[in-house]
Amino acid sequence: MKQATDLSVLVKNSGEWLKGTGPESDIVISSRIRLARNLAGFPFIKKCSDDDRRKIERQVRTRLEALAGWDDIQYVDIDSLAEVDRQFLVERQLISREIAEAEGSRAVAIDPGEQYSVMINEEDHLRLQVMHSGLDLISAWEQMDKLDDAIEGELLYAFHPRFGYLTACPTNVGTGLRVSVMLHLPGLVITQQIEKVFRSMQRINVTVRGLYGEGSQYTGDFYQVSNQVTLGHTERELLTMVGEEVVPRIIDYERKARDFLMEKGEQDLLDDVSRALGILSTARKISSEETMHYLSKVRMGVNLGLIDDVEVATINKLFIHTQPAHLQKLQGRMLTTSDRHIERANYLQRHLRDSGSLPEELN
Amino acid sequence: MKCQYCDKPATFHITELTQPGGPQILHLCEHHARTVLQKEAPSPIKTITGALAKQLQLGQTKEELQKLDKKECPSCGITFFEFRNSGRLGCPMDYTHFESDLTPLLINIHDSLEHTGKRPSRAAANVDAQAELISLRKAMEAAVQNEDYETASQIRDKINEIQGDPKHPGYVPPSENDDADSEESASGEGGGL
Ligand SMILES: [Zn+2]
Ligand SMILES: [Zn+2]
Repeated sequence: MKQATDLSVLVKNSGEWLKGTGPESDIVISSRIRLARNLAGFPFIKKCSDDDRRKIERQVRTRLEALAGWDDIQYVDIDSLAEVDRQFLVERQLISREIAEAEGSRAVAIDPGEQYSVMINEEDHLRLQVMHSGLDLISAWEQMDKLDDAIEGELLYAFHPRFGYLTACPTNVGTGLRVSVMLHLPGLVITQQIEKVFRSMQRINVTVRGLYGEGSQYTGDFYQVSNQVTLGHTERELLTMVGEEVVPRIIDYERKARDFLMEKGEQDLLDDVSRALGILSTARKISSEETMHYLSKVRMGVNLGLIDDVEVATINKLFIHTQPAHLQKLQGRMLTTSDRHIERANYLQRHLRDSGSLPEELN
Repeated sequence: MKCQYCDKPATFHITELTQPGGPQILHLCEHHARTVLQKEAPSPIKTITGALAKQLQLGQTKEELQKLDKKECPSCGITFFEFRNSGRLGCPMDYTHFESDLTPLLINIHDSLEHTGKRPSRAAANVDAQAELISLRKAMEAAVQNEDYETASQIRDKINEIQGDPKHPGYVPPSENDDADSEESASGEGGGL
């Protein structure tokens, strides 16, 4: 494991999970698994002294350093990071906003492919995360299960024979497992069926949260489906609930909505996504809401075969790399909001104009 | 329309489709939308206060609840009131100290009380030993605060003794111990079930 003093390695790359590969990746952006674990013998974070936190951090770090095959893992001391760097890790989905904004000793270990990360001293002593591209929960879980076993090693986790893994918040107790699938659902949004679809699922133990716009307002069209309960079901049962019972149904509805839109008015749709691509590749100043709105349309256009010279991976990457801290890290300096609008437009142009013909290195 | 949390215009509109309350729409500026979206669990405090309110309806009297609010965990010192307000417990022992008080809450949230999933490979922690360690650490800090270094060092020895005993459930292997000088105990394996 290496102590990372700056984030330059991460800035240059982008995560595995953004590749736009994996099952159902036209609709499913990513599959994420998160486990909450706490060390026995220490209070939960809320009641930890500064000294307790330092001890927890040291104990876990020592444990991680002893792991085989962890030579390339980057260890980042979050407490000593500048705000823009913490924000960068949040945008990259490698750390939570909670840990970014907390105080005291806290850290994250990140693998070079950005498939997994281990947060230390978040709401729980340990938060393990595995992220895969597309709908790929089973293999993400298998990776997580091994990671959990390896890290546990000689650490003693707080565990109750009846309640399972003990967590600071009772909403996570038991398995400590949160399974989340990020979906891109522009078809259901355009056909105004999204609420109906989710309402029909309210009796199932899942939580759906989404980002969308009103009427002609900007739209993101992204929705995250997660398990609501963590106690009383095995990990496999929770994976099945989200990955086999709920998500495939939503995917099915989204495909039908897209088919309907294509049949009803392919020309209108083509016009809409082409204009979106036009704005993104010619604008001189653009906000992040507007960027998301048009990127969402372009992404659907690419997946429907209406736009053929842009890669889904490029679009996925642009969603992340056009966010404020990313723009500032890529530029290597702080930017005001209006500078960011200009820089974002520049960045989009470089990636979308004659896309495909532009080699990666120039970006 | 203005953001619910500040004076900036609301450009994001987020639906929280949580059951059983039905969809809830939040109108937010860019900054607050990010804050909300990047938070993990949808408002655990709301889940917890909701569940507790239900308990109150189910026959728990105000007096009983007031009494419960004063109840305190002997290991970490958290009161039930503190927990109720933050939605976060203070230490693993709270699940034991407040077991009967948390039971209806857990049923409300998870509709279950029995963990059926994965178990740690090491000996499922002995509850008393964990409580002891937490209390000792607290007592040691208090002694340091009072500049009673003799008591503090006695407690420290006691902590090290517990952590240095491989058979003790609070055992921490030497490599992870803060005082790296205790090299005698061989390995932490053999926890068994
Ligand atoms: Zn706001
Ligand atoms: Zn406690």
